Amino acid sequence: MLSFIARRLGLLIPTFFGITLLTFALIRLIPGDPVEVMMGERRLDPELHAQAMERLGLNKPLPAQYLDYIGKLAQGDLGESLRSRESVWSEFTTLFPATVELAFAALLFAGIVGLLAGVIAALKRGSLFDHGVMGISLAGYSMPIFWWGLILIMFFSVSLGWTPVSGRNGVLFDVEPVTGFMLIDTLLSGEDGAFLDAVQHLILPAIVLGTIPLAVIARMTRSSMLEVLREDYIRTARAKGLSPARVVFIHGLRNALIPVLTVFGLQIGALLAGAVLTETIFSWPGIGKWLIEAIGARDYPVVQNGILLIACLVILVNFVVDILYGLANPRIRHQR
Amino acid sequence: MPLLQINNLNVRFGDASAVPVVDGLDLSVDAGEILAIVGESGSGKSVTMMALMGLIDAPGRISADAMTFNGLDMLSLSRRQRRKVVGKDIAMIFQDPMTALNPSYTVGYQIEEVLHQHLGLKGRAARQRALELLQKVEIPAAESRLDAYPHQLSGGMSQRVAIAMAIAGEPRLLIADEPTTALDVTIQAQIMELLVNLQQAHDMALILITHDLAVVAETARKVCVMYAGQAVELGQVPTLFEHPAHPYSEALLAAIPEHSLGAERLATLPGIVPGRYDRPQGCLLSPRCPYVQDHCRAQRPALEAQAHSLVRCFYPLNQEVA
Repeated sequence: MLSFIARRLGLLIPTFFGITLLTFALIRLIPGDPVEVMMGERRLDPELHAQAMERLGLNKPLPAQYLDYIGKLAQGDLGESLRSRESVWSEFTTLFPATVELAFAALLFAGIVGLLAGVIAALKRGSLFDHGVMGISLAGYSMPIFWWGLILIMFFSVSLGWTPVSGRNGVLFDVEPVTGFMLIDTLLSGEDGAFLDAVQHLILPAIVLGTIPLAVIARMTRSSMLEVLREDYIRTARAKGLSPARVVFIHGLRNALIPVLTVFGLQIGALLAGAVLTETIFSWPGIGKWLIEAIGARDYPVVQNGILLIACLVILVNFVVDILYGLANPRIRHQR
Repeated sequence: MPLLQINNLNVRFGDASAVPVVDGLDLSVDAGEILAIVGESGSGKSVTMMALMGLIDAPGRISADAMTFNGLDMLSLSRRQRRKVVGKDIAMIFQDPMTALNPSYTVGYQIEEVLHQHLGLKGRAARQRALELLQKVEIPAAESRLDAYPHQLSGGMSQRVAIAMAIAGEPRLLIADEPTTALDVTIQAQIMELLVNLQQAHDMALILITHDLAVVAETARKVCVMYAGQAVELGQVPTLFEHPAHPYSEALLAAIPEHSLGAERLATLPGIVPGRYDRPQGCLLSPRCPYVQDHCRAQRPALEAQAHSLVRCFYPLNQEVA
């Protein structure tokens, strides 16, 4: 297990450099520079432009800029936003809890509904329910997030008025950001209705963001479950006189979960990508919206290091999933 | 009254027009008796036992005139009632021990599960009992095996664990479905010895499904020869081996390699078990039978008492009485 962890950690170094190079190059491939964008339509004196670029260190040749960037990173300096002059790290940590809250709610929704739907579809294979779930999940998987989000807003928020259109919390409430997680902070604030209001704000974005993982998890659970239910040990479990629920969940699902867990881990990357769109649609003040705005403003440090931080996070999550996988599957745990 | 009595059991996969996989089978087992069921693959041996255990799923359908175990009518039991019997009073072990155990749980957990389900044992008491069961099936270093996972065990060891699980509820009837087929020859004898010892120590009835006629000769008292879902001969053990009355029994015995010593080729019965679409109208063995007559092709024989055994044949062999 230790050598397994060491090998995985060793792989992180080239991945890390790959990401820095990619983000560095990609953001500079977009036409326009931070100074131009900041000035907008107004004509800019070329001399002032050059001065501004020099101040930002953007007049140097690209390899030199990259080395500067890596040199700073090596000292743990993520730089500061060109717009707000705030450090990238502090902006990230302020906004990150909002994204985590949204992603967590989406995963919870996708996990619970997806597992249940997948298991029932497998048990009732060939039934109307099975075909229904598989059809809907295929549609869900193919759904463009921005369109799906807008449709849900139109229906539930505008027509029915059940949920708010955007944001994390109503303006009526003054909630102290203690943890950064709105659900917890509203509870801590003790204000009546604040928690419920936060939940209402969370529901639609969580459903929108959770739709694709939900579809993937439901389909994966179904096929994995179908395979497991044919195994000999399921017959053994039934021959022991165990209840159907015990056979399906303790003996079946436990084994069927192993491949689903891997997919679950892979979905976390997709989830953060999806969060960028979902947060933009719902004006959710998280890192997705932050990045979109940074790209628009050519805020190089924010884009580079924001993406780097997210990438590190995805790597970390997959790393944790790999370890969980070992815990779920004794055959992997014991490999040396 | 026999411990297990099955009359006219039929198992079909599909509607009433589907070809029966088990076709009018009668079987009875007394308490403490060993019955061997032999026959080639596809003859319905396992399906019969699965039907008794309630393990046949749709589209499989079971019908029988009677299926009583220990005075209980197994056909009229609800699923819930049946689960109180299955795994406790009737237990079963399967062919491939390497896949019969759940890879995600320890050996101890899987044994304790039966103890909890049927005897209500929990915690330390269950663990203690599981340990005793592992010792009873002669697993060395039983204590350390409790926390082992199935992939850490050899095939023979896994089969011992499966046997420990099966006898955990102190069954009156143990069904062993080809328990040694997947094992090394050296291990096969050990497992058979263990099964017979346990059978005697606990006065269990044992139904032994097997291809191995040598094992049958050594262990069983009664033997049922099955072919294409039907019992073709039912008799006592030494007698049936000495005077096989059904041509199929004779062919099975002739196929034992020891009987072909010195011969160029082993004795075989040409052809295969008839399938769904080539089921003969008359005797099911008629296309393969070396003694076939016109009458055999036209009509299907019933299981009738002959000189030494019950036989399903118009022209039984070896009928001279010594």
